[in-house]
Amino acid sequence: MANPRDAYGEALVELGGKYPTIVVLDADLSKSTKTILFAKKYPERFFEMGIAEANMISTAAGLASCGKIPFASTFAVFATGRVYDQIRMDVAYSEANVKIFATHGGISVGKDGASHQMIEDLALMRALPYMTVCAPSDAAQTRRIVELMATTEGPMYARVGRANAPVLYKKEDLEEILIGKGVMLKDGSDITIFACGTMVDQALDAQEQLLKEGIAAGVVDMHTIKPLDEHMVLHCARHTKGIITIEEHSIIGGLGSAVAEVLAEHRCGVKFKRLGVQDMFCESGEPEELFEKYGLSAAVIVDIAQKFIKSK
Amino acid sequence: MLYRAKSGHPGGSLSAVEAIVALYFHHMKHNPKNPKDPNRDRFVLSKGHAAPTLYAALAECGYFNVNELLHLREINRMLQGHPVCTSIPGVEASTGSLGHGLSFANGIALAGKLDKKNYHVYVMVGDGETDEGQIWEAAASASHYKLDNLTGLLDRNFLQIDGKTEDVLRLESVRERWTSFGWNVLEVDGHNIAEIIDALLAVNDEKNKPSMIILNTVKGKGVSFMENNIDFHGVPPNEMEYKLAMKELDTAERALEATF
Repeated sequence: MANPRDAYGEALVELGGKYPTIVVLDADLSKSTKTILFAKKYPERFFEMGIAEANMISTAAGLASCGKIPFASTFAVFATGRVYDQIRMDVAYSEANVKIFATHGGISVGKDGASHQMIEDLALMRALPYMTVCAPSDAAQTRRIVELMATTEGPMYARVGRANAPVLYKKEDLEEILIGKGVMLKDGSDITIFACGTMVDQALDAQEQLLKEGIAAGVVDMHTIKPLDEHMVLHCARHTKGIITIEEHSIIGGLGSAVAEVLAEHRCGVKFKRLGVQDMFCESGEPEELFEKYGLSAAVIVDIAQKFIKSK
Repeated sequence: MLYRAKSGHPGGSLSAVEAIVALYFHHMKHNPKNPKDPNRDRFVLSKGHAAPTLYAALAECGYFNVNELLHLREINRMLQGHPVCTSIPGVEASTGSLGHGLSFANGIALAGKLDKKNYHVYVMVGDGETDEGQIWEAAASASHYKLDNLTGLLDRNFLQIDGKTEDVLRLESVRERWTSFGWNVLEVDGHNIAEIIDALLAVNDEKNKPSMIILNTVKGKGVSFMENNIDFHGVPPNEMEYKLAMKELDTAERALEATF
């Protein structure tokens, strides 16, 4: 297990040494987002903005207009919904080289409750023209995505959860991780599970359970929600009998919607189910309890997969 | 421009004229032949609806052909209804949604400090615009970071769409507000170019504090029937009004030329 937030902070420190133009902004949550690691190493390039997220985003855009590579961080709920207009005007419309890296995305924030459980951020950011949207699945991939954010020009958003996550990638796998390219973690001829972020682990768990029942499920880590790896979606739609998406996000507007759009427009006619939070707010609780109650679990994937195989 | 475009914001464009002229023609270090010169002074028009005045200044300076001004707000042309930094030479920030520009200017000022550059950033904010909470986040941030390379110009024309600023959402005392946020505050006649230039020179010497120059202005300045008339915030003149306005402005121009 490792924490993607730690990976973010460590990646910033490493990249900060390599790229002197990187600057980091935070809104009074640097201990939680781990930008504090960068702040300690490069205090002159770290800007504490206080609890003033709107100002943080527009200030980051101003810094970017002078050739800096700003990473702006706070919790996902404050990094997107609260500052949508600032991101829209100053980052997306301005095609600014601003990197918004959010932590505490999804419902696994847990006990803080629905006020802090951001389940619409991927939808909001995906709707913005020119915006790249990522949800890395483990600490190693997070490190790689942060590196790609620093070295790829343009507006980008990435989010990770709060909790520790199993490490899925080895160091030698990382170079093959590229923005806009899904990673086929497991090959399977019966169905395909597309997952992102924390749900990749659940998908792998479901894959093992299904295998015991003789169902071969493929698992694709779709760390980039936009631009979506359409080629991968179409490949899986043509070579398997059903597609399931799962994300720690509302089923409206995120990975599931993105995959559905591709399938519908290409008349794939494949069985399809979106898993994630239904059209509702959740509640306080332990992450595992919430995943179970709100249907974000390996068990639900297994159930859907079985139904896909049984039905004609 | 606005008559031809049949839309736009004459009132707040006219109140901003002298300050923008003072900046682009008398004060800022800038080079229309090299709009991205890293050492240039910057101007951010936070009140983006005054775009026509900014565009006119940029065109007169030579950032682009003055003929473009005749195609404001037209499809397939460069000049958008509100400023866009990605496609219009000389425009520093895309604005139009109020309240962002001061924060954006703070970012430019922070970068200047970091890179030990001598440029100065100017940002024009509307008085009604300071209803926005983000302005006060940015005001606190600029003084916290001691951004003495940043100067705000507040277009104090006392009017916004729904009425007088003091009736819509009371702003007074404007001077005390900015002072209490840690800013160096000056106040000038916003239609007196000499006074504006004096203030711009004075703030260059200010250390450790951002400065705010309150421009006391008249919305719709220069056109008798537009002056202090809120009906001309976001409505262009009709044909009769256009002819009358041009006649008044031509008369004023001739009177001005006669004094040289």
